[in-house]
Amino acid sequence: MSAQIGAHGQYNWPTGCKGPSRSGFPMRLQFNSAARRLLPYVTRYRARFAVGAVFLLLTTAIQLVAPWVLKLAVDDLTAGVTRGKLGLYAAALIGIAALGGVCRFRMRCVIIGASRLIEYDLRSHFFGRLQRLDLSYFQRNRTGDLMSRATNDLNAVRMMVGPALMYAASTGILFVVAVALMLSISVWLTLIVLLPLPLVSIAVRRFGDAIYDRSERIQAQLARMSAIAQEALAGVRVVRAYGREAVELDRFEAANREYVARSRSVIRIQGLFFPSLAFCLGLSALVVLWAGTREVVAGRMTTGDFVAFNAYLTMLAWPVIAFGWVTNLLQRGMAAWQRMLAVADAEPDVRDAQPQGAAPAPVELRGRVEFRDLSFAYNGQPVLEGVSAVVEPGQMLALVGPTGCGKSTLINLLPRLFDPPPGTVLVDGVDVRQLPLAVLRGAIGYVPQEPLLFSDTVAGNVAFAASGDGAPAEAVESAVALACLDTDVAGFPDGLETTVGERGLTLSGGQQQRVALARALLTDPRILILDDALSAVDARTEEAILTRLRGVMRQRTSIVVSHRISTVRGADLILVLDRGRVVERGTHDELLAAGGLYAGLDRQQRLAAALEEA
Amino acid sequence: MAANLHDEPLEAAYDARLLRRLLRYLVPHRRTAAVAFSAIVGHALLQLAEPYLIKLAIDRHILTGELAGLELIAAALLVILTGSFLLEYLETYTMGMVGQRIMYDLRMEIYAHLQRIDVAYYDRHPVGRLMTRVTTDVDALNDLFASGVISVFRDIVLLVGIMGVLLWMDWRLALVAFSVLPLIALVTQWFRRNARASYRAVRGWIAQINASLQENISGMSTVQLFRREARSFAAFDRLNRGHTQANLDSIFYYAVFYPAIELIGAVAVAAIIWYGGGWTLEGTLTLGTLVAFIQYSQRFFRPISDLSEKFNILQAAMASSERIFGLLDTPPRLAGPAAGRLPDGPGRITFEHVWFAYRGEDYVLRDVSFSVEPGERIGIAGATGAGKTTLINLLLRFYDVSRGRIAIDGVDIREIPLDHLRRRFGLVLQDVFLFSGTIRENIACGADAVSDAEVRAAADAAHAGPFIDRLPGGLDAAVAERGATLSAGQKQLLSFARALAFDPRVLVLDEATSNVDTATEMLIRDALHRLISGRTTLAIAHRLSTLRDMDRILVFHKGELREAGPHRALLARRGIYHTLYQLQYRDQETALA
Repeated sequence: MSAQIGAHGQYNWPTGCKGPSRSGFPMRLQFNSAARRLLPYVTRYRARFAVGAVFLLLTTAIQLVAPWVLKLAVDDLTAGVTRGKLGLYAAALIGIAALGGVCRFRMRCVIIGASRLIEYDLRSHFFGRLQRLDLSYFQRNRTGDLMSRATNDLNAVRMMVGPALMYAASTGILFVVAVALMLSISVWLTLIVLLPLPLVSIAVRRFGDAIYDRSERIQAQLARMSAIAQEALAGVRVVRAYGREAVELDRFEAANREYVARSRSVIRIQGLFFPSLAFCLGLSALVVLWAGTREVVAGRMTTGDFVAFNAYLTMLAWPVIAFGWVTNLLQRGMAAWQRMLAVADAEPDVRDAQPQGAAPAPVELRGRVEFRDLSFAYNGQPVLEGVSAVVEPGQMLALVGPTGCGKSTLINLLPRLFDPPPGTVLVDGVDVRQLPLAVLRGAIGYVPQEPLLFSDTVAGNVAFAASGDGAPAEAVESAVALACLDTDVAGFPDGLETTVGERGLTLSGGQQQRVALARALLTDPRILILDDALSAVDARTEEAILTRLRGVMRQRTSIVVSHRISTVRGADLILVLDRGRVVERGTHDELLAAGGLYAGLDRQQRLAAALEEA
Repeated sequence: MAANLHDEPLEAAYDARLLRRLLRYLVPHRRTAAVAFSAIVGHALLQLAEPYLIKLAIDRHILTGELAGLELIAAALLVILTGSFLLEYLETYTMGMVGQRIMYDLRMEIYAHLQRIDVAYYDRHPVGRLMTRVTTDVDALNDLFASGVISVFRDIVLLVGIMGVLLWMDWRLALVAFSVLPLIALVTQWFRRNARASYRAVRGWIAQINASLQENISGMSTVQLFRREARSFAAFDRLNRGHTQANLDSIFYYAVFYPAIELIGAVAVAAIIWYGGGWTLEGTLTLGTLVAFIQYSQRFFRPISDLSEKFNILQAAMASSERIFGLLDTPPRLAGPAAGRLPDGPGRITFEHVWFAYRGEDYVLRDVSFSVEPGERIGIAGATGAGKTTLINLLLRFYDVSRGRIAIDGVDIREIPLDHLRRRFGLVLQDVFLFSGTIRENIACGADAVSDAEVRAAADAAHAGPFIDRLPGGLDAAVAERGATLSAGQKQLLSFARALAFDPRVLVLDEATSNVDTATEMLIRDALHRLISGRTTLAIAHRLSTLRDMDRILVFHKGELREAGPHRALLARRGIYHTLYQLQYRDQETALA
């Protein structure tokens, strides 16, 4: 059955698909390998599909028996028959429908069900692949695009392996058997009737392609219209201030009008599509009426034959139409599958040096961090140049500098959110690139400036990193207390069990930051990184947090990024960064005495504090 | 909606109300719709004739062996085929176009409404979601008009027509065929109820899966840093499983429904053969009529089994229309009077005991009073969050004051028609907003009729001339969306040129603090100087040079107006302004001395 996908799709690919390359051969190669990679998902349910195939055969066979019964009944009626025999035919029709219904029910449940199970597998695997990718991949690819592959494309693939397959198989069988039965009634009538049918299939494909092309043009216009609206809605203040509403309305109206015009061209074709099919099929019916009647009158066919022949012809209409429809589904499904594969095949830059099997014995890191003449460029732009520093366990390193000076990049390199050049970032003297990711990240507690909390309870978010059943309640409570979040939580409707995020309680920026701090503290990390992590917390609360943290920090390495002098003044080493370079280094007192950037920052913050009192 | 989620009858009434409101959009297109509906009726009648022709062929020719007159039937069939072709095309085309025109109307209505609705609405609703109303939601309604309404109507016409033909051909056999109708009603009712519930369940799971995907994709680095991959995967897997199960459950209803309808159809055919066959043997029914009955009954059941698909269309359309009407029913509260009072004095602006809070009692401005004399240039200074930008928002009536009033020549701005009010002001915002289009369009953006010479003069006065000339096409050069291809300094100069071309009575300026090179900084300073000289100006100033140009500086602190006066006098007071000056402006003195 799966071979059938390959066969159909291969046939269709060069004409139909709007791939990046239109040259036939390499595409076909790529296509074949794509189809082959879909195979394991299908063969996993081969037992189900086998059962489905049996019911599909039965359903089709039974469906074809009914007109034959009709034929016998009509023939008997013309010849004269007993009422008893009529009752037999009536009962036979009901029996056939009942049996066919049961088979059809099983067929749908089994085959469509299998496609849902395949959908489940595909979604699971896709999600698993996403989890392996690194930060730079998610920065390069928009969330909306990845979402669309996980939803729309996935659905197109499911339609291909489920309904499309089922209809292709059932209509294929139906077609062959119905034609055979028609041939048994009258060879030459069948041949005449079948003449227009290839035309119908070709027409279906042609129409399908034309509609698809024009639909693309409609989509493009929709995107243009959206862009116009997006622009005006995002700039609503300027639009209003300059009284530009009417101009914007005109612009939108023009785009809207063009959209309708493009839709009109699709509607024209669509409007022709079914009527032409009906006309072609109607011509066949006309032939049967004209030639069939003569055949019956000439005695070469019975009245029953005539009735049954008409019934079979009606049955043929669907396979002929379905053929074109199914090829469209296959075409779209394969294109979607290739888009999904592009994501699944993406390899993260950041990954473990050793293969999974050869992992070294788990190392207990002490937490000595060293940056050794570190230079780093992102997208060709130098971000850091020649940064060197050593932090011993129990020490605190502080990073200060204007926005965009490279502070965040520097600390992103330590847990390998991006990969540093070899030999430039070391923990306990070992290049971080040589440490297993799980060991390295397990030793680091990271608190970002704009933390991402998940729609879960407060406790769930704090115990985010805990394995299995979560963390003991005392551990969560003490982390919450350390982050000075305890009084806030006491005021929440359900305390620690309050759901936060979009569907729950909206936390203030400061509260979010403190949840993220508690989340990091709960992991009992060797290295604690605070990336301007208390910027939304007011100065007094920050003071309280730092006091509570002092004991915790004494036992581990900490790296703190902050704009506030009050946060960094106790650090063992302060680096002042500017445009990726270390421009000043020393302790708070040393830097004040030097009278440079740091001293200027200190003066400004004193003034700001004075202003706050005013 | 959430309240009566489980309340079927209430919801049905609710859906009916939505549907009635939707159908009102058909009214302006009633002529086209009438053509479509006539085409549908005609097409249905022709479809009804086909089995009847077969009956005639059997009764008149096949059974009698008489071939004369067969051509007539064949010709009639050909006419019917051609007629069907034309009518079906007409019906699809007209109905499709009616759908498109309704979508067009709806989009314009929504978009126009978005242009009138309060700016505050945009604070609560992200632009992305508003976009969905204009695009995705409207498209869901298109399905309803283009395929839903039309096919329901066609099916009704067909069903009624078939019933009529059957009764006309033989009323006894017709009653036999109709005997299965109550069964059909029962099965359909059962299916409708369950399919609706399972559709809901599936939609619910999909929403959860999408939310989880969104969260995980945007927070993947957090997941990875905390090595939570396995647990996130398990959580996602739970949703994925739930979705799959809900789908498997819904397959059941569809898998039962189609065969059940077919079985009922078979019962009808069996009954026709049993009774009809008997009457044929008695000679009270012709064989052709019997065959025609069987063919009609097959056509009778097809529309009924198509029902499920239309049901999903209806569901999606209801959900979308609910969201669209929700937006359309939000009235703009700030609408100015259509024919209000126009201030006719020299243009004196007064803030009188103005209080304002974006939310509740959280006041951003407290009891602010000051006045701006015609021609006076006012600078506004204050730390971040002092309420400076809010002053602009209130003056242009993006929001209304909570207490107190703002007046121009003694006329409360709430009594001045909005367009008239805003036409007085030229706004230059920190975040320069450029539209995609040409440079010329961006400069002439607000003005009614600006000649090319005026655009050119404004560009030159704003020192934008030289860089515009370097662009391919000059004034006709294309500006990318949000001006992405221009530098910050160039955008700044363009916004000055826009304000100059607009030539407003009052210039309202939220000065940018962008990092530009020294040469550009000098250009901006000079252009700004030209812009404000001799013009009533209200400027949130970040440049020391701008502040020095001002006749008077208002110093805001924590929502209150604390100090006022010219630059030197304020500095001499050694108060808030002095501290602010040391914080924000002193470095500029050394940098640009």
